[in-house]
Amino acid sequence: MKKIFRMFCLSLLVLSFASFAYAQEEIKIGVIYPLTGPLASTGQVLLEGVKLAAEIVNGNYNLNMPLAKGEGLPKLKGAKIKIIPGDHQGKPEVGMAEAERLITQEKVVAILGCYNSSVTATASQATERYGIPFVNESSTSPTLTDRGFKWFFRTTPHDGLFSENFFMFLRDLSKKKKVGANTIALFAENTLFGSDSVKYQTKYAEKYGFKLVGTVLYPAKSTQLTSEVQKLKGMNPKVVMQTAYIADAILSMKTYRELNFAPEAILANDAGFIDPEFVKSLGKDANYILSREVWAKDLAKKKPMIKIVADMFEKRTGKHMDGTSSRAFTAMIVLADAINRAGSTEPAKIQEALLKTNIKADQLVMPWDGVKFDPKTHQNMLGKGIIVQVQNGEYVTVWPFNLATKQIVWPFPKWEGR
Amino acid sequence: MEGVLAQTLASGLLIGFVYALVAVGLTMIFGVMDIVNFAHGEYLMISMYFSYWFFILFGMDPLYSLPAITLIMFGIGIITYYIAIRPIINAPMLSQIFVTFGLLIFLRGVAQFLWKVDYRMIPETLASGNINLAGIYIGRPQLVAAVGAILCYGVILWFLKNTKTGMALEAVAEDKEAARLMGINSNRMFALSWGIGIATVGIAGVLLSTFFYVFPEVGGAFCLIAFVVVALGGFGSVVGAFLAGIIVGLVEVVSGYLIDPSFKFMFVLALYLAVVFIRPQGLMGK
Repeated sequence: MKKIFRMFCLSLLVLSFASFAYAQEEIKIGVIYPLTGPLASTGQVLLEGVKLAAEIVNGNYNLNMPLAKGEGLPKLKGAKIKIIPGDHQGKPEVGMAEAERLITQEKVVAILGCYNSSVTATASQATERYGIPFVNESSTSPTLTDRGFKWFFRTTPHDGLFSENFFMFLRDLSKKKKVGANTIALFAENTLFGSDSVKYQTKYAEKYGFKLVGTVLYPAKSTQLTSEVQKLKGMNPKVVMQTAYIADAILSMKTYRELNFAPEAILANDAGFIDPEFVKSLGKDANYILSREVWAKDLAKKKPMIKIVADMFEKRTGKHMDGTSSRAFTAMIVLADAINRAGSTEPAKIQEALLKTNIKADQLVMPWDGVKFDPKTHQNMLGKGIIVQVQNGEYVTVWPFNLATKQIVWPFPKWEGR
Repeated sequence: MEGVLAQTLASGLLIGFVYALVAVGLTMIFGVMDIVNFAHGEYLMISMYFSYWFFILFGMDPLYSLPAITLIMFGIGIITYYIAIRPIINAPMLSQIFVTFGLLIFLRGVAQFLWKVDYRMIPETLASGNINLAGIYIGRPQLVAAVGAILCYGVILWFLKNTKTGMALEAVAEDKEAARLMGINSNRMFALSWGIGIATVGIAGVLLSTFFYVFPEVGGAFCLIAFVVVALGGFGSVVGAFLAGIIVGLVEVVSGYLIDPSFKFMFVLALYLAVVFIRPQGLMGK
């Protein structure tokens, strides 16, 4: 009996010592991504982005970003970040279960994820219930931050803000170049992506004082887009804002050329227009279209830090850094910065620190104006997309003008002269 | 307004010829042997991939590789007949449906395995560009495809009406038993109909590849339209498919322009329903 008691005491001592030691040296952060299933390749890349950020925080790097210099989190006696991955397979219910597992069994202090908006929605319900901070990196459904959640923070701009960027861009452009791009036609496929985009574009067109001359919706993956382009031609807009996946994006460009339709600008809502196949299959017909983007490698020309980080990423994974991995990377830096400022692993302190986040533009690998959360919705208020243009088969940044690497070609050149 | 309408009509007409060419093989195989080939669109996809790979690997323009691909597709049609179709000629209709439907899934799977799900397109062909005819723009690839389709149609009709083999084919289509009694080898005629049917859809695929992207499921959209065309023109009628193809192309483009592009397929399918109710045998069907 005595022996058992002694054993028990000893094990308690060891246990408490262990947990004490771990609190000092390791901070567990749960990261939930689609690591298997159809999105597995994206999920792995995202996880690598997060791991790279943790490596920069934990090690000593001479970079102008929070926590890069010096090892670990200084306000927690140099404690290191430990990433505990969770796999949601692209399924909302699995995402929620993984969040619960990470919180209750792995005792993570915060969660980061989940890429798919639908999974982020359910997983953040779990963190809300347990009172654990959740930082979302790349789910862009606007509704996520409209739910009034206390523990949910989003670093990426959402689809509504991205849509607004089109109009900010046109306004900046008209100031700079005195172009009167004041009439707009919307052209979109009629699935959720297209019709939602049309909704936001209609709203912002009014807000920014542009004249909407018409909207053309069509069934996705049509065998031809002749009548649609005819309609657009009839509306005679200066700018066409287009939302399409790759198949329709290719076909529409072919049809524009066939029917000789060349408005002053075609402003595309990423997706099909930034798919690697777009330029490959259209060749020089892809030139001069404008598209919104979240990130581009040529941003490094204005921010050399981006090249360093992108090269580190490429060395790790053998893949190019892109808009998703760079956002995953950034979310981890933001979270680590908050935990450090909190000086504690207590969820409430981390949440408080997140609310006080104020990271400057030059400390980010993103084209944003910084990171600062809205006190009510917890949406990053300083996020921003960029506008890229295809020039000689390459995507180059043309807006915001202070980050542009090439002059914008405006208007869209006529087809005959090419 | 008149200019725009003329433009719309021209575009509808051009795409209509291509629809007709896609449908003619389907209607022919049905006419000769009463089998609906659900995998018809997949042969379109295969020939588009052939055209793409000939361009990428050997730098051959689709217009040059057309004869070779037509021959290859003819061969594929014959092979398909002997491997998959011959054993089920006298099987119940349900088995026949399963076989051709299975073929559809198999061919898509193979394409996805070999060439991934990427959308691919030949960037620039001999036919690229457009022509301005008094304010009406006509895409050269579409024009080439339409002319090719008409020529191909002419050859098929000439073949059916003026050659011994062609007449034998028509005879088998009319009455298999009687044709057999007259000494026509119906087995060879069946194989020939598959060869010609697949070769024509192959030609359509090559012509289409000059202005349309290819991916493993590209056949789906065209095959659906081909079924409407065949039903509208009359099952088994080659001339009917030609007319119906043009009608479908025009209805799709004109309704899309005049009413709303969101509903363009609705009008095409409504036309199909109307035909089924009013004249179930189709325009030229017997």
